[in-house]
Amino acid sequence: MTVLAPTTTSGATLDVAEIRADFPILSRTVRDGKPLVYLDSGATSQRPRQVLDAERTFLETSNAAVHRGAHALAEEATDAYESARERIAAFVGADIAEVVFTKNATEAINLVAYGMSNASIGDGVDPAAERFRLGPGDEVVTTEMEHHANLIPWQELCRRTGATLRWFGITADGRLDLDNDPITERTKVVAFTHQSNVLGTVPPVEEIVRRARAVGAYTVLDACQSVPHAPVDLHALGVDFAAFSGHKMLGPSGIGVLYGRHELLEALPPFLLGGSMIEMVRMEGATYAPPPARFEAGVPMTSQAIGLGAAVDYLSAIGMDRVKAHENELTGAALLKLQDLPGVSILGPRGTEARGGAVAFSIEGVHPHDASQVLDDSGIAVRVGHHCAWPLHRAFGVQASIRASFHVYNTMEEVDALVAGVRRAQEFFGMVP
Amino acid sequence: MYQEIILDHYRRPHGHGLREPFEAEVHHVNPTCGDEVTVRVHLSGGEGLDAKVEDLSYDALGCSISQAATSVAHDLLVGHTVGEAFETLDAYQAMVQGRGKVEPDEDVLDDAVAFAGVAAYPARVKCALLGWLAFKDAVAQAQAGGTP
Repeated sequence: MTVLAPTTTSGATLDVAEIRADFPILSRTVRDGKPLVYLDSGATSQRPRQVLDAERTFLETSNAAVHRGAHALAEEATDAYESARERIAAFVGADIAEVVFTKNATEAINLVAYGMSNASIGDGVDPAAERFRLGPGDEVVTTEMEHHANLIPWQELCRRTGATLRWFGITADGRLDLDNDPITERTKVVAFTHQSNVLGTVPPVEEIVRRARAVGAYTVLDACQSVPHAPVDLHALGVDFAAFSGHKMLGPSGIGVLYGRHELLEALPPFLLGGSMIEMVRMEGATYAPPPARFEAGVPMTSQAIGLGAAVDYLSAIGMDRVKAHENELTGAALLKLQDLPGVSILGPRGTEARGGAVAFSIEGVHPHDASQVLDDSGIAVRVGHHCAWPLHRAFGVQASIRASFHVYNTMEEVDALVAGVRRAQEFFGMVP
Repeated sequence: MYQEIILDHYRRPHGHGLREPFEAEVHHVNPTCGDEVTVRVHLSGGEGLDAKVEDLSYDALGCSISQAATSVAHDLLVGHTVGEAFETLDAYQAMVQGRGKVEPDEDVLDDAVAFAGVAAYPARVKCALLGWLAFKDAVAQAQAGGTP
């Protein structure tokens, strides 16, 4: 098995100490005065002062319901909200009208699945939506390494429409098994992750998009673990839909993004209905606003959108190439050092190639929950469990795993603290060979 | 939290394995971590709370806390009436859910007092309760007609 050395990043080094100073929470202590070692950014990232300040300033100066009302605050709030959309769209290489704000990425994926579901019910569907109709004989393809959020909506869509769910399996080294390709002429949707939240695996998006396009299937990319950590250009990737969450990219919780190619958003039936998303309403029925408004029913989250705008400004100022290089260095070191410990096995690729900064592992003879308890006693926060990817864990024949995940504020010292903590857990449970 | 008693039960669980006869078998899962336990109960004599717990047999996959807690449940509950077993269970549940504010009664809880430390870690309370609540469910099912 090949172990790749960590990539060196000369010329791209970050002043991590300076970055950490922007994150007040990182300087706190936990569990009787232990410095916090936060290695759970894959679950949720911490937020810099710039994001917190942007939210607070907005709320203290311009707060109002957006896209309704004609008073001064309503105008300012709407401008701030739409300016955030514009910057977020630019951040991922999308046009402004292709960015829909949702509660989180889970809601974004459900929005697509329910839109397709609505296009599949009975007659009288808007002719433009016919292209999304699914029924018996049609197939939806996903992968065995998906987060539950990119699996269950498709299971349910299939159940409701009579379509069949198929999936790519996983190879022993944690890659998608592209040789056993479930994509056929019957495939209507291919939903897959841009980076596994457990394995860190980055599948070959271009290749999967190529295969999906060849049969006329729509692609839905779960970009929750890629957009926060690397430069992503959705137009260049050529996917039809993509979803990501604010809180994993130094932004607030309560906001996520659905990206959809404009032509598709124009044809997709709405998911949630109500205020803001309409064009004309009569007692007998209504017509709907063009996207993105069509998919933003009700008064939307505003300070969260402004906060996410500040988060992409913050990340852009650092440069996503440098964010990626920094995390790559930490990931490479963590992989090497953890694999040096007897009894520790990595789930997923053992080197840093086509791989992001989530490092899941198991320790022989030490249950992940027990390991996490020992780590927590030293102030080290990791995720344990199945990380909302139960089928993936089943595919690897494990019940649960420990996951360390990084962001731009993590340091090499924290990687060393993790490795030392894992050794302590092994010693505590008498598993040091 | 990891008292020696807990680690002993984890390494050498008491009463482990699924046995016959039994009137009910239940399978409980902790959805946050995937820990699983299958519990069988064998009851005899009496009705309701007067029935006697003849056996609690189990098969468990999980962390030290959930495994050890099920082992201790076997020790403390078997040989008692359902009424007594439920009293012990209630005291145990009150202790581990008590956020450290419930003083455990060592006369009732015996080895199970070792789990008092779990109360300080809310994320682990489910682990400590998994096998115990499976037992409660199995008794309810056995007395409602069983699921053999």
